[in-house]
This record gives sequence, structure tokens and C-alpha cells, in this order.
Amino acid sequence: MVDVQHISYAYTKKAASRSNLVLSNITFHIQAGEFVSILGHSGCGKTTLVNILAGYLSAGAGTILINNKKIRAPGRDRIVVNQENDVFPWMTVWDNMRLVNANKETIHTCAKLVGLSDVLNYYPNSLSGGMKKRLSLARALVVNPDFLILDEPFASLDYMMRDELHGELDLLFSVTQKTTLLVTHDINEAIYLSDRIIILGGQPTSILAQLHINFSHPRSKMIENSKRFSQYRKRIKESYFMSRFPKMLKKEKKMLSFL
Amino acid sequence: MKKLLLIVLLLAIYRAAYVLLPFQHFLPSLFQLFATLLQLLAGTEIYLNIAASLLRILIGFILASVLGITLGLLLAYYRGLTDLKFYIELLRPIPPIAWIPVAIMLFGLGNVSASFIVFLGAFFPIFTNTYFGAISIPIIFRNVSSSFEVGAMRYFSKILFFHTLPYIFAGLKIGIGTAWMSVIAAELIAAQSGLGYFIQLNRLLLRTDKVILGMMLIGIIGYFLQKIVEYLETKLIVWR
Repeated sequence: MVDVQHISYAYTKKAASRSNLVLSNITFHIQAGEFVSILGHSGCGKTTLVNILAGYLSAGAGTILINNKKIRAPGRDRIVVNQENDVFPWMTVWDNMRLVNANKETIHTCAKLVGLSDVLNYYPNSLSGGMKKRLSLARALVVNPDFLILDEPFASLDYMMRDELHGELDLLFSVTQKTTLLVTHDINEAIYLSDRIIILGGQPTSILAQLHINFSHPRSKMIENSKRFSQYRKRIKESYFMSRFPKMLKKEKKMLSFL
Repeated sequence: MKKLLLIVLLLAIYRAAYVLLPFQHFLPSLFQLFATLLQLLAGTEIYLNIAASLLRILIGFILASVLGITLGLLLAYYRGLTDLKFYIELLRPIPPIAWIPVAIMLFGLGNVSASFIVFLGAFFPIFTNTYFGAISIPIIFRNVSSSFEVGAMRYFSKILFFHTLPYIFAGLKIGIGTAWMSVIAAELIAAQSGLGYFIQLNRLLLRTDKVILGMMLIGIIGYFLQKIVEYLETKLIVWR
């Protein structure tokens, strides 16, 4: 479905030496209907990767194939739900969706799916942060993209709202089985939602590890208290810390075992 | 109520200045002003002059708005046209009044000259606000538009225009003020009707009462023109 092959990217136009590379040799595959998370710390190049996947930036090296077609520009086959507020404030909820798809039935279906049916005539400014995210998601679903990219969509929301939207997104994924890539720095969010987690890190950023998450969808929030969930969290933290502090002494590694 | 109190205060200041300062020999009293006002309102002269000024401002301001908004959006949208901004930036610092001799040479005395000066007074603030508003569109809106493959026409009319609308109104509010000031300035020299002409004529006739009443009318009408633009803004920008 999605094939990311040997992507590298440097912000400076000088020959891409290792010192100015942001992303180095990123390669992964996402199967149709799979929910994958990219996990990495702030500033590691996650959003740059999203911009390359969306077609806003062209990679310095490597190729991206979606359904075996090389991507060259942004398109309706892959829609990004952004971290920032990306809905048009001068359009009502209805008009935001109608701009991208004129089919009224589809708009109603998607609005119902994310719980926006009662606020179709509202302007985004009168919606909460969570509702705006729902609108952004509904607008993406209205065009029925092959691939959905969620770029830290819940980062600006409070804990309770984030928790609520995690549940809704998981349910939505169970219903639509839409191929999804979530980019996040939140370990719990990644484990709760994903089938697979790709951990980014290092300098320049590369893939440190991949982790399969064996929970079936839809998921209960209670899995966050399970032993398996804790084990996943521990393995992610280990991968992350080992990449940040490669020269860590054995003793210190032992100290981290409580994680 | 508050505004009424402010008007009363203004009249009181005028009265105090009249009594305390040694200007009685040429400054009319409030009672004299009131009597002249009633006299003017009973005749047709003042209405014709107001209508002449309003007609000129209407023509000049509408032309400036259409051209300023269109050019501002186009120059911001088509980056290839950005160089044209150089000419506009070159003409912008020239005050509208400095164009009066050129306007008289080109169009003679009358409506066209005055409307041309109004146009120049209003065009630059409208264009500048529109242009800078349009180029400030967040990159995220451009990215979203390209992802959803929104066509150029729809991007222009449904996204860029509406993003820029608050900036356009900021320009229109400044523009209507400068347009009104420009029409009065133009009429002082390049017209034979209008409130500017009315003031100039009565200055020569030593009718200070009519000069001051003319000035008051300019202030009042300018205030209401501003309010009309503000009203349109609240009706059109409903999403804030």
C-alpha cells in the first residue's frame, strides 16, 4: 500500500553530508488497513517526514509509492490532519466539508461518524479544540483517501479531550479500516492506537526500531493498565534512551530497568 | 448617551474658547452658528454641495476598491507579478494633493479631477492592506488546498479572498477616511461645487460661520461614511 524507500532529507542545499541531514535512509512499508505510528521526540523530523509523504516537500533522496504509484505532488489519495488548526474559519462545518466534496450524503455520513451532525451550521470559532479536530478528520474522510496521515493531531488538546478522541479514533479506525499513519511523541497514544510503531531517533534521524502491538481493535482504555501495555512502553523507552545515550554504562542501563 | 455628552462637552469647549479667547471679531458664536445652520438647511445650496462631494467620493472610492482589491489579490497570488508592486510602491508616497495640478491638466476642473484625487487617496491603503493580507495566508491553508486539489479559481474565491477579507476591510476603513479628506482638498482647488468648494467660497466672502459649519459637516459625514464601512464589515465577516 505505502512504500517509503530510502528517504533522506536535508534543509540546507549543500551536498547532503551526514552533518546537515535531518532524515537519513528512512524505509518502511504500511499495509492496506494497517494503523502505524511514527514515534519520535520533538524536533527529530517527524513533521518533515509528513510533509514529504503529503507531497509538500520533495525528498532529497528516495521514493514514496502509494498503491505502486510514485508520489510527486499533494493529492486527494493521502490527506493530512494537522497538528495546527487547519479548518477554514470563514466556512461553517458544512461548508468546510462541502468545499472538498459536494456529495451531501457523504458529508452527512462523515459528520455523523465523528459526532458533528448537530453543529453543521456552526463556524469553527464557536467549536472547542476537540470539535475542530473532529471537523478536520471528517473533512479528510469526506474525500475517502487511500491513506490518512495524522500529524500529532491531539498535541494541543488537554488530557481528558485527548483521551476521549483516542477512543473515538480507534472506533473510527475499526469501522473504516482506513490505512493510517499517526505521527506522535506520545508513547501511550502510539501504543493504544497502533498496530505497529516505528521509533525514530538518532542524529540524523533514522529508524531505531519497529514494534508490533498485539491488541485487537476496537480497544478498551483499560489496556493501558495491562502488563503487556507496560512492556511495550518499556521497550520503546529502552530503544529511545539507548539511541540518545549510546555510551550509557551497564549500571545505568540497570537503573533504567524500572521503566 | 455617552456620545451626546461628548457633543455637549465639545460645544461647551467651543463656547468657552469663544468667551475666553479674543477671537469674537471673526469667530461666530454658537447661537450664530445655529441660526446659519437653520438657514442652510432651509435652502438647497448645502444639499447640492454635499451631494456633489458624495458623488465624487462614491465614484473614486468604488473604483479604488475594485482595483485595489483585485490588484492586491492578483499580485499576492501570482508571484510572477510581484515586480509590478515596485511601481505602486514608487507612487504610494506621493500625497493625493500633489496630484491636483496633474489632475487639472488631464481632466480640467470638475467631477473627474476630484474623483481621480479621491481614487488616489483611497487606492493605496486598500491595495497595501489587501496585498499584505493575502501574502500572510498561513502555509497550512495552502497545503490543505493543494492536498484536496482545490482548483485555482476556487482557491482564489473561496480561500484567499475570505482569508484576506478582514485585511481588505482594514484598508477600506483607512481608504474611506483618506478618500473623504482627498475630495475636500481637491474641491478646494479643482472643483466648482462640493463641501470643499463651499468652504473656499465662504472663506473669500468672509462668512466664517459657514466655513465652520462646512467643516463640522465634513467631520459628521466622514464619521458616518466610516460607520457605513464598519457596518458592512460586521455584516460580511460573520465568522469572528
